[in-house]
Amino acid sequence: MSILVDDDTRVVVQGITGGEGKFHTEQMIDYGTNVVAGAVPGRGGQTVAGVPVYDTVERAAEAEDADASVIFVPPAFAADAIFEALDAPIDLAVAITEGVPTQDMAAVNAAVSDSETTLVGPNCPGVITPGAGKLGILPGNIFEPGNVGLVSRSGTLTYQVVSNLTDRGLGQSTAVGIGGDPIIGTSFVDAIELFEADPDTDAIVMCGEIGGEDEERAAAFIDDHVDTPVAGFIAGRTAPPGKRMGHAGAIVSGSGTGTAQSKIDALGEAGVPVGDTPAEVAAIVADF
Amino acid sequence: MRLHEHQAKNVFAGAGVPIPDSALATTTEGVVDAAEEIGFPVAVKAQVHVGGRGKAGGIELVESPEEARAAADRILGMDLKGYTVETVLVEAAVEFVNELYVGITMDRDAGQPVLMVSTEGGVDIEAVAAETPEAIARVHVDPVAGLRPFQARQAVYRAGVPDDVASDVASVLSTLYELFDERDASEIEINPVMVTNDREVVAADAVMNVDDDALFRQAGLAELEAESYTNDLERTAGEYGFDYVRLDGNVGIIGNGAGLVMTTLDLVDYFGGTPANFLDIGGGAKAERVANALDVVFADDNVDSVVFNIFGGITRGDEVAEGINTALEQFEAIPKPVVVRLAGTNAEAGMEILNTDLVEVEATLEDAVERAVDNANEVSQ
Repeated sequence: MSILVDDDTRVVVQGITGGEGKFHTEQMIDYGTNVVAGAVPGRGGQTVAGVPVYDTVERAAEAEDADASVIFVPPAFAADAIFEALDAPIDLAVAITEGVPTQDMAAVNAAVSDSETTLVGPNCPGVITPGAGKLGILPGNIFEPGNVGLVSRSGTLTYQVVSNLTDRGLGQSTAVGIGGDPIIGTSFVDAIELFEADPDTDAIVMCGEIGGEDEERAAAFIDDHVDTPVAGFIAGRTAPPGKRMGHAGAIVSGSGTGTAQSKIDALGEAGVPVGDTPAEVAAIVADF
Repeated sequence: MRLHEHQAKNVFAGAGVPIPDSALATTTEGVVDAAEEIGFPVAVKAQVHVGGRGKAGGIELVESPEEARAAADRILGMDLKGYTVETVLVEAAVEFVNELYVGITMDRDAGQPVLMVSTEGGVDIEAVAAETPEAIARVHVDPVAGLRPFQARQAVYRAGVPDDVASDVASVLSTLYELFDERDASEIEINPVMVTNDREVVAADAVMNVDDDALFRQAGLAELEAESYTNDLERTAGEYGFDYVRLDGNVGIIGNGAGLVMTTLDLVDYFGGTPANFLDIGGGAKAERVANALDVVFADDNVDSVVFNIFGGITRGDEVAEGINTALEQFEAIPKPVVVRLAGTNAEAGMEILNTDLVEVEATLEDAVERAVDNANEVSQ
């Protein structure tokens, strides 16, 4: 078992003919993912990496029985690509694209709430269930199948923590990169709720960062609803207020909300141990 | 991207929001001339991106040419929390009877813009929000439907804005929402909106932050970006396309991915050092980009040592190693010690390429950061 992605997930790649789309389609196929179709307007009938391309997501989903989509289209067109996935409809849409305007995501957010689609991202590395498949750009070779569920706002920090876990022989059930933007689809709470319900996830790692209050909400949710042990990590302890630290969402407000300390305190109050270093997080999980 | 006060005021005025008479100046003579043209009293206001400019001495009210000259001499070239003041705004001082606050921001948790109005303007609104949240009226706007006119009135009346100016303030708020929506703002604020003796409303300050991710479709605002940089290092880093933030420590940091770079900063602090900067080279960086990143960090006089931390996903270790070699081989002597840690995609190939005469290598994140902190301590002693 796992969450979001398993052996039966059938994937359509939106933007498969672009450089990134093509490269990562090959990588996903090499990893064993069932990539069944691509969708690019005006490119219907072509083949990329052995995968048939359709003009619309609707046609791709119908013809190839796809139930998930991964989105590699450029920022200016990413919101439209997500709307198209919602309309198809697709069960799981994973938006990798970095740099989607926030106001576009505000419009998407309203539509996602009214849909049956789970959106992950944007500005995320994707979702991987080790041994089953990956939707996105995560490097498959650092993951091992196992029982730790991981949810993170950052790509490379995820890789760092996963390598610390794997080095200790702690494999992963599923890793979900939820993205570093201010408005995203799946939140920490959503992912943790799925992990809690997954019988094969025995421990959860959440890697948060400065900005917003999603980690604080997750802490309250864990306190009330989660029996699976959770370990935390929060990046951005040294970030000054008012400066965007790379991710559009990683900013401490001038009044001091969204700080690392506020998140660390909230997790501590919910009984979630927070590591000072990525290696320490893996050590905490090993002790669970 | 945060606009300077005068840039934001120009945008607001272009949309019909009343602002005081003003002029920009970069010299003492320019300040005096502008003040005489506008008529005393005037405010001389430093144009830097620093909160609490007034308290820090960056704003002065002057009533004569002599005072204007003295204020200009003092403020132009002054260091305001690490930023040198190069430009001041000379602005007619507005006599007022009320100070209001109006603002619009993206409520990321609701996924919607929110209008905010308060009669407690002119002070730190975030302190008001923390201590007496009920003093700020908030109205969320459906981003798809847009602002309905009644919502602006609702926010203004809920806040208790005086009746005789309520309609004008609601009109300003509606205009600001149009700007927020059309210009891809992430935050717009006027604090204070001054209400004069004649019951006119005037924007006495202006804040506008524009979504960096939307600059591709905001040509007019994107042009202001070069002017909005506040120091040369940020300007250079911006021109190279890096996410860069300068801090006040002495350990320079370069890495890939925002979360991992932030973590590297935090570890510098954890091991007793102080980070000099945040620099994210982004995903899939090639050798030239890596060399450019080293240029930016070496150009910072505060930096005593550098740590390069790469965990490759789409970034390849061999490309990074080539970039580091290229950047360092141009020096006869390496200006500051560099510790490199490579992991992930093609890390082994990178380690073989890396010229270890020029850099120190560590296998783990923690060891690399600790060594860079030690190096910085040795240099600074």
